[in-house]
Amino acid sequence: MIENINSFIFQLLNYPYLQNALFAAVLVGIICGVIGCFIILRGMALMGDAISHAVLPGVVIAYMLGASFFVGAVITGVLTALAIGFISQNSRIKEDSAIGIMFTAMFAAGVVLITALQGTSVDLWHILFGNVLAVSRTDLYFTLGIGIFVLGTIVIFYRPLLLSTFDETMAKATGLPVKWIHYMLMLLLSFVTVASLQTVGIILVVAMLITPGATAYLLTERFSVMLFLSAFFGVVSAVTGLFFSVIYDVSSGASIVLVASVLFAIAFFFAPKQGLVFKMLKKPKNETVAP
Amino acid sequence: MADERSIKVDRLSVHYHGQTAIRDITFTVSKGMIVGVIGPNGAGKSTLMKAMLGLEKSKGEVLFFGKKINAIRKQVAYVPQRNSIDWDFPVRVEDVVLMGRFMHIPWYKKTSREDRSRAREALEKVGMQEYSNRQIGELSGGQQQRVFIARALAQDADLFFLDEPFVGIDVESEKIIVELLHQLSKEEKTIFIIHHDLSKVEKYFDELVLLNQTLIHAGNVKEVYKPDFLKEAYRGSAAVINEGNEMVVVGP
Repeated sequence: MIENINSFIFQLLNYPYLQNALFAAVLVGIICGVIGCFIILRGMALMGDAISHAVLPGVVIAYMLGASFFVGAVITGVLTALAIGFISQNSRIKEDSAIGIMFTAMFAAGVVLITALQGTSVDLWHILFGNVLAVSRTDLYFTLGIGIFVLGTIVIFYRPLLLSTFDETMAKATGLPVKWIHYMLMLLLSFVTVASLQTVGIILVVAMLITPGATAYLLTERFSVMLFLSAFFGVVSAVTGLFFSVIYDVSSGASIVLVASVLFAIAFFFAPKQGLVFKMLKKPKNETVAP
Repeated sequence: MADERSIKVDRLSVHYHGQTAIRDITFTVSKGMIVGVIGPNGAGKSTLMKAMLGLEKSKGEVLFFGKKINAIRKQVAYVPQRNSIDWDFPVRVEDVVLMGRFMHIPWYKKTSREDRSRAREALEKVGMQEYSNRQIGELSGGQQQRVFIARALAQDADLFFLDEPFVGIDVESEKIIVELLHQLSKEEKTIFIIHHDLSKVEKYFDELVLLNQTLIHAGNVKEVYKPDFLKEAYRGSAAVINEGNEMVVVGP
């Protein structure tokens, strides 16, 4: 193991592409972790999945037009969020069904477009599952830009975001534009998805959004602490996952997600207050108290 | 005009998909009153409150001291129904109370020491200061309600809207809350309370708005809390028995 770590560090020091990969993965770990906390507490995990998949046709169309894939992705991401809201508000279809309909439709459109473009250099596999080792300097700066924007927005709107997440009616009563806050979050979510494309890919982004946040949720009772813990677990998953990916030559995105899942499993069983093991240990005590 | 001392609701109506939720509700309440909004389940009590707060599409007009709701939003404190809150949310008691200060803090500033001390004072008023570091889900129903009352107090509002604050809470919490509400009313704060069972109505409220989709009657408690009006509102789902001076009401 120590040999492997040494080898990883050696490679890291000598290969700039690996440095880029590491920085990109760390950044994605942080921003996904932070945005993920809001997604979890608003009960929008499925929405996160939807937006990340819906980005695909935007990326492909942007490629066809020679435009920035960032713009394309954000447009289709936000359009999908709007369409989901529109369907659930204007018919008897419930929101989860509307999400299911819209994101599969968008994803399918993306796949059709890619297969129609066969022979070009759009690599479906890389968009779906990411390839962090192919991150260039430019990509890295781009991810950094998105990261600063997303974190900055959250710092500025921290109180409105917290209040509207915790108590929507009070937020509305005191005059917060709750609907706009929702769409702002959807916009940030599309940004984050695009930033994560190369690191973990479309399909596994949702894991980076949900899993570190859920792990943090089991460990703390304060929202601000949850945000930091979640970002921390995102970073740990990113670095450890990249390590395994380099040493054993396996998919980077998938190994990052697996590390995040293992961290969650540990918290699920061993968290001091919420962990299953300690809850079970506490039970007999309660039974003796009860008559 | 006496507008500045009263809240006027004029022909307020709300429709959902063609169905009437409330229709042509008109009443006037003066400043500093504790107003009970009373009626059976499905009478539109929450709808009335939300329409007054401008949270539902409605027809008609509502004026608070001569102003529209948007002009006085910061002065409105709202205490939600207990079942609308996610009690697993990672916030502590002190964090919830501090939320009452949020609308007074400009976006570019951090919460100040003064905001935190206001929150602490509010928590002391409801007797919950020892619990300030607890996660809100660890409290009893009455304690949770007191925390939300503290949040409303921290807000320094002139208008209070409480949705079913007495449901599922212990006697001590109820006593503390009722005392606080009376104190607020002495300070000229106006308080609207949705209340769905008919017990203790006379003890809690100065005025009543009795409705069942349309307004049955509004005004002073003594004037509204009468068998005829109650029968009309509850349409047989409550038995009203007059025993001398005392009125006993058996809910559904």
